[in-house]
Amino acid sequence: MSPIAFVYLAGVLFAIGSAAVMMRRDAIVAFMGVELMLNAANLAFVAFARMHSEIDGQVMAFFVMVVAAAEVVVGLALIILLFRARQTVSLDEAKELKG
Amino acid sequence: MVSPFLFWTVAFLTVIPSLALLFARKPTYVAMSMVAVMVGIAVAFIGLSAPFLGLVQIVVYTGAVMMLFLFVLMLVGVGNTESLKESIAGQRWIAVIAAIGLGVIVISATSRAAFGPVGEAVSGEPDVIAHLLFSRYVLAMEVLGALLITAAVGALILTSVPRLLPKRGQEEIMRERLKSGADPVNKPMPGVYARHNALDVPAIGPDGEPLPQSVSRVLQARGQMQDEERYLERVNDVDNSLPKPPAAEGKKEDES
Repeated sequence: MSPIAFVYLAGVLFAIGSAAVMMRRDAIVAFMGVELMLNAANLAFVAFARMHSEIDGQVMAFFVMVVAAAEVVVGLALIILLFRARQTVSLDEAKELKG
Repeated sequence: MVSPFLFWTVAFLTVIPSLALLFARKPTYVAMSMVAVMVGIAVAFIGLSAPFLGLVQIVVYTGAVMMLFLFVLMLVGVGNTESLKESIAGQRWIAVIAAIGLGVIVISATSRAAFGPVGEAVSGEPDVIAHLLFSRYVLAMEVLGALLITAAVGALILTSVPRLLPKRGQEEIMRERLKSGADPVNKPMPGVYARHNALDVPAIGPDGEPLPQSVSRVLQARGQMQDEERYLERVNDVDNSLPKPPAAEGKKEDES
């Protein structure tokens, strides 16, 4: 079986993650959808690296992981700020940026 | 080449738990199923001859990122489930159609592309990755380090709460209590020992009077406090029935 099958799998996971971002109103769950999309992109990177016998794709996936970790730290801090200001993490409640 | 067994295992291990993102009501369930997805993707990495990335995936995602998500879930309260009310009419169906469209575009574009023959597997061992990281991508590596520090400091600044009032130490708290007329010593423990040591009976002070404040406020609010008069009577009864201590004069007489 060709590693290209994993690219299809990554496409399915990416679509599920994007559906979660669009559907869910809980900020934390929507954020997990973003994480799933990043992971799907990583899976495609590694599958392509395997197909072309190159390591560069794996290095790119590593960089994506580091950026995702930084993004999670800042994003969760923002969610905590939102919860402190509104007592909820529902995305519908945040209608304005003013705290 | 990749074994079909590996692919289908990974596919079931990732796609089915990831559906919890769409259908699970409680965010905690979503977080736990995301852990399963991350482990599945790590298995895929190791199967695609990227062992270093597979281990990093487990350490960073299941170990750090998802646990961070769980911490925040515990902070904001795990009990609240999302409301089903839609603020935009039909948002759910629009989102589903858009996501299916996105998946169809990605998959059809991949199926139309012409790929060359699959090459030999080059295993992404840690030393191979490290050579690339510190030679060709060394600038990106440095920038990522700066980014991580910036993110950590930014999160600290975002979540820190400035102190508006001076800190209250033990001494200040004690002075405030005394000024408001509180008792400077500990409250007496409840119970009349030797006759009834339950928590629902007020203690009897040295003056023989019951001390109602010795019973827990919870029991008082529930109305479970025992009648203090009954026990007071019995204690007085004991006091009266005790034999009088032998008088000091009598002893002296015996000796002489």
